[in-house]
Amino acid sequence: MGSQGGFGNSKEFLDLVKSIGEARSKAEEDRIVLHEIETLKRRIVEPDIPKRKMKEFIIRLVYVEMLGHDASFGYIHAVKMTHDDSLLLKRTGYLAVTLFLNEDHDLIILIVNTIQKDLKSDNYLVVCAALNAVCKLINEETIPAVLPQVVELLGHSKEAVRKKAIMALHRFYQRSPSSVTHLVSNFRKKLCDNDPGVMGATLCPLFDLIAVDANSYKDLVISFVSILKQVAERRLPKTYDYHQMPAPFIQIRLLKILALLGSGDRQASENMYTVVGDIFRKCDSTSNIGNAVLYECICCVSSIYPNPKLLEAAADVISRFLKSDSHNLKYMGIDALSRLIKISPEIAEQHQLAVIDCLEDPDDTLKRKTFELLYRMTKSSNVEVIVDRMIDYMISINDNHYKTEIASRCVELAEQFAPSNHWFIQTMNKVFEHAGDLVNIKVADNLMRLIAEGFGEDDDTADCQLRSSAVESYLRIIGEPKLPSAFLQVICWVLGEYGTAGGKYSASYITGKLCDVAEAHSSNDTVKAYAVTALMKVYAFEIAAGRKVDMLPECQSLIEELSASHSTDLQQRAYELQAVVTLDAHAVEIIMPSDASCEDIEVDKNLSFLDSYVERSLEQGAQPYIPENERSGMINISNFRSQDQHDTSTHTLRFEAYELPKTSAPPRISPVSLAPSTELVPVPEPSYPVEMHHVASVPSVSDTGSTELRLRLDGVQKKWGRPTYSSPASSSSDSTSHKAVNGVTQSDVSSTSTSRTRDSSYDSRSAQAEISSEKKKLAASLFGGPSKTEKRPSSTSHKVARSTSPAVEKSQGPKAVASSTTGVVSEKAAPLQQPPDLLDLGEPTVTSSASSVDPFKQLEGLLDPTQATSAANHGAVDNTKAADIMSMYSEFPPSGQSSVIANPFTTNAGDANLIPGLSTTNKTGHAKGPNPRDALEKDALVRQMGVTPMSQNPNLFKDLLG
Amino acid sequence: MGIRFILMVNKQGQTRLAQYYEYLNLEERRALEGEIVRKCLARNEQQCSFVEHRTYKIVYRRYASLFFLVGVDNGENELAILEFIHLLVETMDRHFGNVCELDIMFHLEKAHFMLEEMVMNGCIVETSKANILAPIQLMDKAS
Repeated sequence: MGSQGGFGNSKEFLDLVKSIGEARSKAEEDRIVLHEIETLKRRIVEPDIPKRKMKEFIIRLVYVEMLGHDASFGYIHAVKMTHDDSLLLKRTGYLAVTLFLNEDHDLIILIVNTIQKDLKSDNYLVVCAALNAVCKLINEETIPAVLPQVVELLGHSKEAVRKKAIMALHRFYQRSPSSVTHLVSNFRKKLCDNDPGVMGATLCPLFDLIAVDANSYKDLVISFVSILKQVAERRLPKTYDYHQMPAPFIQIRLLKILALLGSGDRQASENMYTVVGDIFRKCDSTSNIGNAVLYECICCVSSIYPNPKLLEAAADVISRFLKSDSHNLKYMGIDALSRLIKISPEIAEQHQLAVIDCLEDPDDTLKRKTFELLYRMTKSSNVEVIVDRMIDYMISINDNHYKTEIASRCVELAEQFAPSNHWFIQTMNKVFEHAGDLVNIKVADNLMRLIAEGFGEDDDTADCQLRSSAVESYLRIIGEPKLPSAFLQVICWVLGEYGTAGGKYSASYITGKLCDVAEAHSSNDTVKAYAVTALMKVYAFEIAAGRKVDMLPECQSLIEELSASHSTDLQQRAYELQAVVTLDAHAVEIIMPSDASCEDIEVDKNLSFLDSYVERSLEQGAQPYIPENERSGMINISNFRSQDQHDTSTHTLRFEAYELPKTSAPPRISPVSLAPSTELVPVPEPSYPVEMHHVASVPSVSDTGSTELRLRLDGVQKKWGRPTYSSPASSSSDSTSHKAVNGVTQSDVSSTSTSRTRDSSYDSRSAQAEISSEKKKLAASLFGGPSKTEKRPSSTSHKVARSTSPAVEKSQGPKAVASSTTGVVSEKAAPLQQPPDLLDLGEPTVTSSASSVDPFKQLEGLLDPTQATSAANHGAVDNTKAADIMSMYSEFPPSGQSSVIANPFTTNAGDANLIPGLSTTNKTGHAKGPNPRDALEKDALVRQMGVTPMSQNPNLFKDLLG
Repeated sequence: MGIRFILMVNKQGQTRLAQYYEYLNLEERRALEGEIVRKCLARNEQQCSFVEHRTYKIVYRRYASLFFLVGVDNGENELAILEFIHLLVETMDRHFGNVCELDIMFHLEKAHFMLEEMVMNGCIVETSKANILAPIQLMDKAS
């Protein structure tokens, strides 16, 4: 081929590639590319460039872009090249264009015409090139320009064209589903194409269609099953085989489709059982590709209506994956496990130690996958361990994307399964501290609500403990630098509400802390607002308790500073504080009741306190209130005019110009047009805010006496549904108006007995045994094994008082006996930790004594292989020694090209000691590979060019596949 | 969508081939390539051949000095993608004979042509080596 003798390119091109290859740093590469850009800019516009030379220029442009520099100056030349008659040049032109341009680029319009012409070409390769370009360049607007031709090509005599035409339609469907809705039947037809390539390609669009709407394609289940059966029975041409698997990529896609179609459909699923079972049996479990197909089978089995036999087969494969030494297989095993666990939760049990190994593996990918599994198997009995682990991991990573994800998972799990409020708060503190700016702000609201509501029962002491522990923990944390804003808001709110409640901390201490917060975050208005409101609460409580308030000097200066703030909100709060401090104890107590954040604020929706005022107005001839739906469309006009003219018959259009509003108008406007907030009526009122407070809070007779509008009461509540500004409780802070709603977490927290246990020390055991026992403990706490010794070594300082419900307590006795009779000596010493939740009783395997033996037996079995193999090295590079490969080849004299690829592989695959992972396939040799002279020649050339001096191996391909 | 990009990068982190199945501008490509290459190069042989990066999952495989990196969606079968990479290498090898980094550099367009046959719209559409190479061989003959 072209690879020999100068590579068929010009010296100039070879030099460029050589220098790029030799570049030792990004900076050097950039210099080369920038120089190249200058050259190309000059050369590419020269007249009469030979076509081959032009092709080279285009490839050089591709290099420029690939290495991260702008080559837009040459785009037009790539577009021109698509017009060329030579197929190679045309296709190179199309390639360059698809690499350079996105579908909305201006130059596309120049190509559409060429594409249209090429789609009609007699040369099917030209048609294929055009269809490639169609897939990349045609956007929603240009679809109609080529659609008829593409549809026509579905019936082309060449299978390559039919295949690409199908994919072009697929692309149109991706871009704009509506453009091809009338053509969907073509996909069904092409499924029966007699060329397997076309059939295989058709599976792509069908998969997309079925993912959106499975029900419309249920009739195809039989077809898919029969195709899959034929593929698995090797009815396809041998060229589709890959490592002796018959068309594995088609099998995988078919299994994906079946998973969609069989999901929640017993009838459809039953059609699939046989073929999936066959594949389970037939698959070569020693090759990567065989395992890929097996994995897809598991995905399918866990998606379709469950079948016990298939589930069993899936479980077998999973346990083989998990026991494998290959991290890739472990990864797939963990993923498969998390899919299957939804259907058969008991399967996790036998793999607990393997899972823990994966969790503790230094490989981040494996670890994250395992966290995903844990996330899916969390329940109230293991939530503490899992969330603790997640948080530890969250703290340890820097990747914000994943940090956000894992933080929100922690929050979700904690909200769903928290065993106690105290634990919930501690957990939230940690999440906030380390990822506060990444989590949803709602989490902060939930946390405040939980602290305010407490246990939701009449257990005041527990509530107080909870709050004081929250206050204490916040006072500890508050001094730390760089706390996230959302967390600071929670802290301020809690300190304001409960900081002085227990009498443990003085008001001056709390206020001092709050001032520090406000000062430290002077650029954050929200935090400052929370801090000021908290200050106001603390002072108000002091006044209400009859103590004298001495405002700290720093607090005073803060308030003064804020009252001149640019933020009107901060100003408002500062003035309110100053006003509240001057009031007497009685008034303050009404405005700012202590610990009233959970009290419902009585909103008088009927605004009955205005009744007398309204009646008075009506008596004085004011207009009744007209509900909005009755005066729609004429609000502004009639409002204006009725003020001036008292004209009730305004339900007609007026065509003369409006009068200017008179200066006396404002005070005469009735509350009807004022108090409703801006959203409903655009009130023509210049002094709106001031007026609003005035009118709403003190409906003074002197103002309203002059108004002639009349109110109608039946519509009022629609307009005034929201509490007005001066309603007493709402001025304390926004968040105090939470309604008392029972939190999710309270369902499983009952009350009394705490059966917290500590494991006795294990000092008598060797270090090795200690590690394994720790693992056991972790496993037990995760999977609910027999030894519920909850305390992991890394568990944090807080010991959660776990409360068990009476029903669980009753069962404690028998279970304790059961576990002691199992004879697990090491665990006997540890008192039994009961699962704290009733929910657990529903799962027999968790507590059955039979299963309690298993994990440790497994431990013995598992430990050895894992240690033995941890040192095993199965990388691709290790096998690249030339001698090895040569000797391997000598055993297999080269014959036909295709069969030889398979040959060495078979022997490798048959070898039980080989890891059925990467390395196996890496060893796949090639018949034409071993010709050393060929390789030496090539290497000589390479060295001559000086491109890859780092390679010491004469046969580069051996590196590649070795 | 399945496959979102295919990259070939040598162990110095220099890009040798890049094909994207969704549009990213030059800056985004540069940043993405830098980040994932750094991530993958830092991993050792024992670790998984899969790495999560933002919304991508990267499946990578190393052949001598060259890394093949494929960015896929979450729903993709990672192990199958790993074998897809190998199929690509086998195909290139059949065409070039003892394929090496240089073959790809000198015949960048041919490497792309092969990819064009194998992957369309981010889906694997052709896995028969004969079918993949047929148009390329015909073009070679014609020119």
